[in-house]
Amino acid sequence: MLDTNQLLRFTTAGSVDDGKSTLIGRLLYDSKSIFEDQLEAIENTSKKKGHEGVDLALFTDGLRDEREQGITIDVAYRYFTTPKRKFIIADTPGHIQYTRNMVTGASTANAALILIDARHGVIEQTKRHSFIASLLQIPHIIVCVNKMDLVDFSQEIYSNIITEFEKFSSKLMVKDIRFIPMSALEGDNVVNRSKSMDWYDGAPLLHTLETLHISSDINKVDARFAVQTVLRPQGDTFRDYRGYAGRVNSGIYRPGDEVTVLPSGFTSIIKTIDTLEGTIEEAYAPMSVSITLEDDIDISRGDMIVKSNNKPEPSQDLDIMLCWLNDKPARDRAKYTIKHTTNEQKAMIKEIVYKVDVNTYGRNSEDKSLIMNDIARVKVRTTKPLMAESYRKNRSTGSVILVDDNTNETVAAGMII
Amino acid sequence: MSKYYLNYLDELESEAIYILREVWAQFQNPVILFSGGKDSILVTHLAKKAFYPSKIPFPLMHVDTGHNFPETIQFRDDIIEELGASLIVGSVQESIDEGRVAEEKGKNATRNALQITTLLDAIESNKIDCAIGGGRRDEEKARAKERFFSHRDDFGQWDPKNQRPELWNLFNGKHFEGEHFRAFPISNWTEMDVWNYIKRENIAIPSLYFAHEREVVWRSNSWIPNSEFLKLEPGEEVVTKKVRFRTLGDITITGGIESDADTLEKIANEVSGMRQTERGNRTDDKRSESAMEDRKRQGYF
Repeated sequence: MLDTNQLLRFTTAGSVDDGKSTLIGRLLYDSKSIFEDQLEAIENTSKKKGHEGVDLALFTDGLRDEREQGITIDVAYRYFTTPKRKFIIADTPGHIQYTRNMVTGASTANAALILIDARHGVIEQTKRHSFIASLLQIPHIIVCVNKMDLVDFSQEIYSNIITEFEKFSSKLMVKDIRFIPMSALEGDNVVNRSKSMDWYDGAPLLHTLETLHISSDINKVDARFAVQTVLRPQGDTFRDYRGYAGRVNSGIYRPGDEVTVLPSGFTSIIKTIDTLEGTIEEAYAPMSVSITLEDDIDISRGDMIVKSNNKPEPSQDLDIMLCWLNDKPARDRAKYTIKHTTNEQKAMIKEIVYKVDVNTYGRNSEDKSLIMNDIARVKVRTTKPLMAESYRKNRSTGSVILVDDNTNETVAAGMII
Repeated sequence: MSKYYLNYLDELESEAIYILREVWAQFQNPVILFSGGKDSILVTHLAKKAFYPSKIPFPLMHVDTGHNFPETIQFRDDIIEELGASLIVGSVQESIDEGRVAEEKGKNATRNALQITTLLDAIESNKIDCAIGGGRRDEEKARAKERFFSHRDDFGQWDPKNQRPELWNLFNGKHFEGEHFRAFPISNWTEMDVWNYIKRENIAIPSLYFAHEREVVWRSNSWIPNSEFLKLEPGEEVVTKKVRFRTLGDITITGGIESDADTLEKIANEVSGMRQTERGNRTDDKRSESAMEDRKRQGYF
């Protein structure tokens, strides 16, 4: 691999039988990311189960319960590399707790693959998966119309599915949607171009993934730096050193930049940006660095260093699209811990404005309960202001989680509106 | 193309540094689990970067089975001295002497599973609330389901069906007294990424990873090193071969491969052409389809 190669994270969404596991198995197999001992194990299992040939879907089998019950629990991560890119797949199950799992897998993804069985076309789950991909603002969606071999590689069926999909996708906020007809089982248009679909002149899936333009997906305009911890080395060499350690959330920082520390509002100038390799001239997302300032200001974890000419509005009242992830429902006006960047406060859900039906996109403002897998627009009040921004504008400073102090569990994921 | 993007190794590095700093900020008493293998050496190297110019602010902990490669122990002591860090050792031999665990019996007996008790005892007695490990999701199917911040109950157990969802970069390390976390900063690295990075950064690793002449015995499809702990089976024969090790575990269970790769460059090239997974030479994983999962549930690394 070249040292300029990028990392692309994608998530896969599909229902039980639309061939998602086979597709992932095919990507791994045809890109030669499967080792011989893994292949041998799969061949043995395929034989034991009486399958003809190698069942590629078995590559994604994980825990014992899953193998015994033939299901997928939770998100599993897979890796493969081509000469052009490194890929991380967040493989999420389509059936149980689909919303919770897909939201989790989608939160860090650059791209989402949405699978459609060509025989069945657009179904309820397609709409659900597309809605979640749009809600999580995944920049690129690739609709994989799979099992084309079972519909005689018909261009007409494929075109009809695209038309169906575009009927509802126009209501979603997705920047980049592409369609690929394929047969994961036969390997058509996954890694290699299909010989049975001359009428399709686009690229196969792997080539598409290798060439998606992802550099501009991160916000480069709004400089945000949430402080993780303060570095104060002992000993004489760095006697007065005070470095603010963190990972650039968005934007670009340079020594000499005028900055404001929030929430205190103190201003200063960036003195140095440091790493173990030495001082650097520029830091941008998602680099982990240590920043020193010209002035001695009291700064601690949870504070945010921003450029003075571009500051977020601190706010205690937030409108959030909330996805409930826990089997205990939300308690009315209960307090939770809210985590936002490296900051942490108490928060109360003041009002459930409406719930969204992820299948029909309808809004329900009557039902005021919030249970596992629900998505709702809520009003939240925090004890102290957060440097919150719209998720649409900045994924890194627009996302929050809620933690239940009674159980310490992560109970909800939120996107600030 | 815009110049404002990171290549994949820089992005993995930055992610790992972020995780290490989160651990330091969210826990009272974290440690790095240090085995002397390349993955824990990598984590230690990344911790150096995360806290520079400060020293690594937490100790390294080694679970010592007593069945070590002598080279590993020497390497461990050297790195501790270089970093000026402190070392905690949990001894499996002591756990055996105290009657906390019993040696396995039979042909393939190892101390691998015994480490679980020693590890959990060391975590409890040192009041450790987060143990940072070098586990990677590409290693094994049970590890593919791991979180960066992985919760352990007050028996040290992992419940894969009931893990906390992990979204964006918002990590939740909250826990009750007696519970602890495992943190895996290099979750997203593959074996190839590790080697490419070690080569790029020129990180020192034990000589065992480089091809060298050694007395070995052919067993379970790999070259098991001759040592005081090895009992020869009928038909087995000690021979001298040029070998190297892809992973380092106990000397009793870690098989070598025949190789001429004696530089980082050659190792990276060799690994990129490998057709077997690195744990393919570990007899501990060959016991059953869910060998790793079962050990992980009980509290293994």
